[in-house]
Parts: sequence; structure tokens; C-alpha cells
Amino acid sequence: MAHEHKLEIFRGLLKFKSNTQKIWGVLVFLTIVTAIEVGLGITKPVVLTGNYFLGMKLLNWIFIILTLVKAYYIAWDFMHLRDEKNALRRAIVWTPIFLVAYLIFILLFEADYIYNVFKDGYVKWNF
Amino acid sequence: MDSTVTTASEENVWSGGNRPLNASYGKLMMWFFLVSDALTFSGFLASYGFSRFKFIETWPIADEVFTHVPFFHGNFPMYYVAFMTFILIMSSVTMVLAVDAGHRMKKNSVIWYMFLTIIGGAIFVGSQAWEWATFIKGDFGALETKGGRILQFVKADTGERTALADFAKVIPDSRLEHERKNGVWYYDEGYMTSYNVNEVIEGFKANSNILVRTETINAEGEKVVLDRQQSLTKLRDATQVVEGANLIHNEYGSRLFADFFFFITGFHGFHVFSGVVINIIIFFNVILGTYERRGHYEMVEKVGLYWHFVDLVWVFVFTFFYLV
Repeated sequence: MAHEHKLEIFRGLLKFKSNTQKIWGVLVFLTIVTAIEVGLGITKPVVLTGNYFLGMKLLNWIFIILTLVKAYYIAWDFMHLRDEKNALRRAIVWTPIFLVAYLIFILLFEADYIYNVFKDGYVKWNF
Repeated sequence: MDSTVTTASEENVWSGGNRPLNASYGKLMMWFFLVSDALTFSGFLASYGFSRFKFIETWPIADEVFTHVPFFHGNFPMYYVAFMTFILIMSSVTMVLAVDAGHRMKKNSVIWYMFLTIIGGAIFVGSQAWEWATFIKGDFGALETKGGRILQFVKADTGERTALADFAKVIPDSRLEHERKNGVWYYDEGYMTSYNVNEVIEGFKANSNILVRTETINAEGEKVVLDRQQSLTKLRDATQVVEGANLIHNEYGSRLFADFFFFITGFHGFHVFSGVVINIIIFFNVILGTYERRGHYEMVEKVGLYWHFVDLVWVFVFTFFYLV
């Protein structure tokens, strides 16, 4: 069992003295990220809701990226993936990422196509 | 502590006993399960995305749906969900502290941290039950059209939502209720809405300060409000009153929104519930000293993985259901 923990986060920018300290550090970080998300969700700055990147509002991109950041720290520090062997970590992380990326790509494209079919008036649904 | 240290020369690959991934069988199987469970949740969330992109112009705005906080009246979008998220992250922290204490063989700390984790999980499940109850009960009420679309009502002067009870006219009529004694075949008539369509429409006609709000989202990201004339035309399509939400009708907008809400948060809530039950079992095992005798607390680590996974899934559900 891996008793020794890697105590650095942010690529070594922040180094903790003990595992317990690292856990609290990560909690503080996750709380800050959640607070930013909620703050943005409530205020909804016009700069972020009015501008789009790849068909999605910048605000939503920020939400998704921050979610992935949170997921990274939960998996790496709470689930101890940081301390696992590379082979195990890669098997756990890349398998779902590959499958989910494919699923999202194919479903969202299909959904957008159906949206256009509805919109172009071939199907009456809003009555 | 592990004592399966093998040097390269003596290592026998085919007779078992070596651990190329440096993780025990149980832990690997837990990861195996978690990866497959992650794919299940991804399937749900991706299909949510599918339905949402399909109806991108009419999808309900989550901020307008989840606006309640227990014991407070008013409009508080997202505050309560944010609180729930924090509770779950917090219980994840106590769980990882329990795992850490287990590594250092501190039985009393493990008991204490496991206890806090269970409490956090219980608060979360309770909050989710409350959230469901509020969602099912409904807020303002709405009308449903022939095509299954939802018409909501706002005040013309302030633009605020208004409840059916605020303007619907009570029209006394004699309604003959079918009773068991009157028929060979008898069905309970089931749930009745507080007002019927006619009462809502008459009330609308009598009150010039009310307008219809449709499901359509305009360029500013707000729901389109019709003017008085369009509203009256639109109301002719209405077939029934909807109060609250279930799997078939949903006063907040698209029915699929309610379906996915029940399905995804329900499946997640079920995971949290089972997590709490498993944590309780492990909690008692720790108290009884099972892992002390076994010499290691790996079992705590394994349920910890499951518990963190539940937290991880919630992070995604929170984003895709409430934020985006």
C-alpha cells in the first residue's frame, strides 16, 4: 500500500508539510472554485454571457473548465490518484475520457441536427 | 504494511502474488466499478445534453426553477444547491481524513471522521429530498397547450412571475363526481388541479395586468413574454392546468427537464444513500476493531474511493444541471 504521499500541488508551486495539511489545502482551493462558480452564476456578467466560443457562451465554458479542475483535484488528492502508479492512473483516467468525449461529440452533433430539422419547419411541435 | 517485496531476479510473473499496479485486488475492483459507474453517469448527462441541444431555444432556465431555500421566503437562485455542494465536498474531506488516520492506525480518529462523513451524507440526502419535494409541489402553476408546451404568467408592470391563485377566477359549477356506488367500473379520479383551464382564462381576461410567458428564450437569454393580444390568442391552445412537476407534466417548461432531473439527481441520490449505508457498516466495523485486528484500514480506503466518486459525480451534476 502506498503510505507515502506526494505533497505538492499546482506542479510543485505549493508544497505541504503533511498529508492532513494537503487535504485542508485542497478543500480551501475547491471551496474557492465553487464560490467563483456560484458568484458567476448569480451575477452572470454580460461580457461572459454575450460572447460565444464554438457556439457556447463563455460563461458556460468557464463553468465546464472549473468543473474539470475540481474533478482533477478530487480524483488526484482525495482519491489518491497522485500516489498511484502511472499505468493504473492512466487506465482509470483515459478510458472514460476517451469514451465520454466520443459520446458527447456524437450526441451533441445529432441533437443540433434535430434542432435544425425542427426549426426549419419540417416538424410542428410548438403548438 | 505490505511485505511482498520481490527483487527482479526472483520475480515469478505467472504464479501470482506480484502486483504490477501496486494496488490490492479489492482496490482495483473498486476502481473497475467506479470507471463503469462513471460511464453510466456520463451516459445520463450526455443524453441530458442531447435533449437540451435539441430544444436549445425552449429549455427551462435552472436559475428560475431552483429558487428556494428551506425556512426562507423569496428568490434565492442556487444558494441552496451551492450549500449542498459544499456539504458534500466537506464530507469528502472528513472521509479522506479518516483514510489518512487509518494509515496511521489511529482508531479513534477514524471513528470520529467516519461519523462526520455519515452526518454530511445524511444532510445531503435530506436536502435532496427537500429539493425534490419543492420541485414536485411546484411554484406558480402554468397552463399546458395541445402540443405539450407550457404557458406561464407574469405581471405586466413588474415582469415578475405570478401564481395562478393570484388571478384565476373561481367559477362555481356543479361537478358530478363519479363514485363507487354509481358504477360497475370505478376508478379514483386522482389528483385534481386547484383551478381548471376555464377559470384561469377567465381570470386572465378580467385582469389586464397579466401576460403570458412562453418557453422560448430570446437573444438576451430571457423567456419571451407575449403582449396582451398575443397572450389571448395563445391561451386558446391551452388544454390543461399544470401545478408542479412529475414525469408527465412539468410546470417549469419542457417535460424532459423534469424527467432528467428526477432520473439524474435520483440516481445520484441513490448512490449517496447507499454510500451512507456502506459508511455506517464500515463505521461499526471500525468501532468493533475489525480493521485493528486485520492490521490495516484498507476497507476504509475502499469505501472512501466510492464516497469521493459520489462527490465527483455531484460536481458534474451541479455544473450541467444547475449552472450551465
